[in-house]
Amino acid sequence: MAEIAQRPTGVAVTVEDDGARPPSKANSRRGRSWPRAVVLTLGAVAFLFPFYYMVVGSLQKTPDTSLAGAFPTGGLTLDNYTAINERVNLLRSLVNSGIFTSVVILLTLVFGLLAGYAMARLSFRGKGSLFATMLLIQVVPFQLLIIPIYVMVVRTYGLGDTYLGMILPYAINSTAVFIFRQFFLQLPEDLFSAARIDGAGELRILWSIALPLVRPAMLTVTLLTFIGPWNEFLWPFLITKDQDLQPLAVSLANYISNIAGRAANPYGAILAGSVVLAAPAVALFVAFQKHFTSSDLGSGVKG
Amino acid sequence: MTATTAGERRTEPPPTRRRTSWWTTLLGRQPLGIALSAPYAVFLLAVFAYPLGLAVWISFHDYFFAAPGADVARPFVGFDNYTAVLSDPAVRRSFLNVAEFLVINVPLTVILAMVLATALNAAARGRTFLRVAYYVPYVSASVAVVAVWLFLFNSDGMVNHLLGPLAPNPSWLVNSTWAMPVIAIFVTWKQLGFFILLYLAALQNVSKELYEAASVDGASTWRQFRDVTVPGVRPATTLVVILSTVTGANLFTEPYLLTNGGGPDGASASPVLVMYQRGIEQGNPDLASAIGVILVIGVLVISLINRQLLERD
Repeated sequence: MAEIAQRPTGVAVTVEDDGARPPSKANSRRGRSWPRAVVLTLGAVAFLFPFYYMVVGSLQKTPDTSLAGAFPTGGLTLDNYTAINERVNLLRSLVNSGIFTSVVILLTLVFGLLAGYAMARLSFRGKGSLFATMLLIQVVPFQLLIIPIYVMVVRTYGLGDTYLGMILPYAINSTAVFIFRQFFLQLPEDLFSAARIDGAGELRILWSIALPLVRPAMLTVTLLTFIGPWNEFLWPFLITKDQDLQPLAVSLANYISNIAGRAANPYGAILAGSVVLAAPAVALFVAFQKHFTSSDLGSGVKG
Repeated sequence: MTATTAGERRTEPPPTRRRTSWWTTLLGRQPLGIALSAPYAVFLLAVFAYPLGLAVWISFHDYFFAAPGADVARPFVGFDNYTAVLSDPAVRRSFLNVAEFLVINVPLTVILAMVLATALNAAARGRTFLRVAYYVPYVSASVAVVAVWLFLFNSDGMVNHLLGPLAPNPSWLVNSTWAMPVIAIFVTWKQLGFFILLYLAALQNVSKELYEAASVDGASTWRQFRDVTVPGVRPATTLVVILSTVTGANLFTEPYLLTNGGGPDGASASPVLVMYQRGIEQGNPDLASAIGVILVIGVLVISLINRQLLERD
C-alpha cells in the first residue's frame, strides 16, 4: 500500500503523510498491537457500513431490513434509479449542482489565491484587519446569517431562483484562503528577495515565481471547496423554488420530505438518489486522497 | 492598474535607503496587496460584515418582507423582538435541544477523534485505506447520508430488527427522548473524519522523546496516552471543541430531514430550524434575526470560554 504521500514539489516544505510515523521500536517490541487493530477495524466498519448499505438498499426491489438482507445473494435491480429519475430530474439536478460547485471552485481558486498570496507575502494597509475578519468568520457560522442574506439577495436584489444568487454567499471559501496563505508563507523568503534584487516587480514575482509552485495547494483547495456547494442544502433550498434550478441535494431532500410517501418502494428510490448524490464526492476524494491529508488541512485550519 | 505600477515602483529602491513617504504610510509598503485582496475583502464585507450588521438592525425593528424597492415604515422597537423570542416556548425548547446536542456531541467527538487518530498514527498497515474510510462520511452530502440513517433507524429498520424487543417504542426518530441523541450521534459520525485529520496533524508535533522517555520509565500505553498524548494535542482539542460547537449551532439539515422538521413535537428542533420557520415560513424576519443574534453571541462566548479553559497552562 502506498503509504507515503509525497507532494510533487521541489519546495522546501516539510510534508509528512498524515500519521506516517512508523511505529516506534518500543511499541512493536511489546507487540500489543491487537487492541489497536480492533479499534481501527471497528471504526472503519462503522464509517463504511452505511455507505455499503446505501448501495445495497438502492438495488433491492423490496427493502429487506434484516441483517441477512444487507448481504443479498440475488434479485438486485436498477428499478429504484428509474423510479427516482421519474420524480426528480437527476441529470438536470446534477448539472445544477455542477454549475454551482464549479463556479464556486473557480472563484475561490482565482480570488482566494490572490488574497492568500497578498496576506502571506505583501505588506499593505488593512492586512491585519482582513486577517482578523477571516478568523472571526470561522466562529460565526453562515447559517446564522441566512435571514439577512436572504433579505439582501432575494428581497433587495431580486436574485431568487438564479444561479448568481445561489453562488454569491459561497463565492470565496475562507478556509481555502487560509490554505493558500499558509502555503505561500512556507515558501522560502530568499526566493522572493532574490527576485526583488533582480528588479522583478511584485506582479512578475507572483506570476513567475509563486504561481508555478502553488499547484499542489490548488488541488487541496479544489477538493476542500468542492464539499461546500456540492453538499450544501439550506441556502439553495431557500433560494430556489424553481425545480429546474435546484441542485441535487435540494431536489432529493424535497423528494424525501414531500413525495416519498407515495412511492412503491420509497426507501429504495431515496437511497438510489443518495448514491447519485454521494458518488461524485466519494470518487473524487478516493482518487485524490493524497491531496487531502492532515498536513494539507491542519496547517490551513490552524492559520 | 494604478495600484500595480505604484507597487512596482515602491519596491525598487534598495532597503538601505528606506524613506517612509506619505503614501507608504497610507497604503503600506506593497499597495499591490490591496488590489489583490480587494475582491476577497469586498466579499467578506458583502456576505459577512454587512449581513451581521443587518441582522442586528432587523432584530431591533419591526421588520417584514416587502416587494423590492417598496418604501415601507419599519419602526424601531427596542428589545421587543428579543423578549418575544425568549418567551417563546418553541425557541426556548430549541436552545435546550442544542444544549443537549452539544453535551452529547462535543465530548464524544473529542474522545473518539483523539483515540482513533492516536491508533491510526501508530498503525503499521492500511493507514491510507483507514484514513480515507474515516473521512468518507465527512465529504458526503448530509442529505445523502441522512437517507441511510432514515432507513437504518425507522421503526421497521435494521437497528430495530437487531435490537428486537429492546427497540425503543415509539421508534428512535419519532421518540421524544431519543430523537436528539440520534441526531447528535449522526453528526458525530459524519464530522469525525475531519477532526481525526486535525488530531493527526497535531500528533506530528508531539515530541517522540517524550514517548521514549515514558516507555523507558515503564509507563503503560494508557499512561502514555493520558500523560503525553492528551496534553500534547491540547491546542487541537481547543480547535475541535470550538469547531464542533459551531457545527452544533448550525444544525439544520438533520432535524429538518431526519426527524421530519424537528419532531416529535419540537423535541429535536434546532435554533436554525426555528429561525427558518419563524423567518421564512411565517414571514417574521425580525424574530428570526433576534434568534440569530442570540446564537452568534452564544457561540462567541462558548469559544472564548473554551479558549480560556483549554489554553491556560
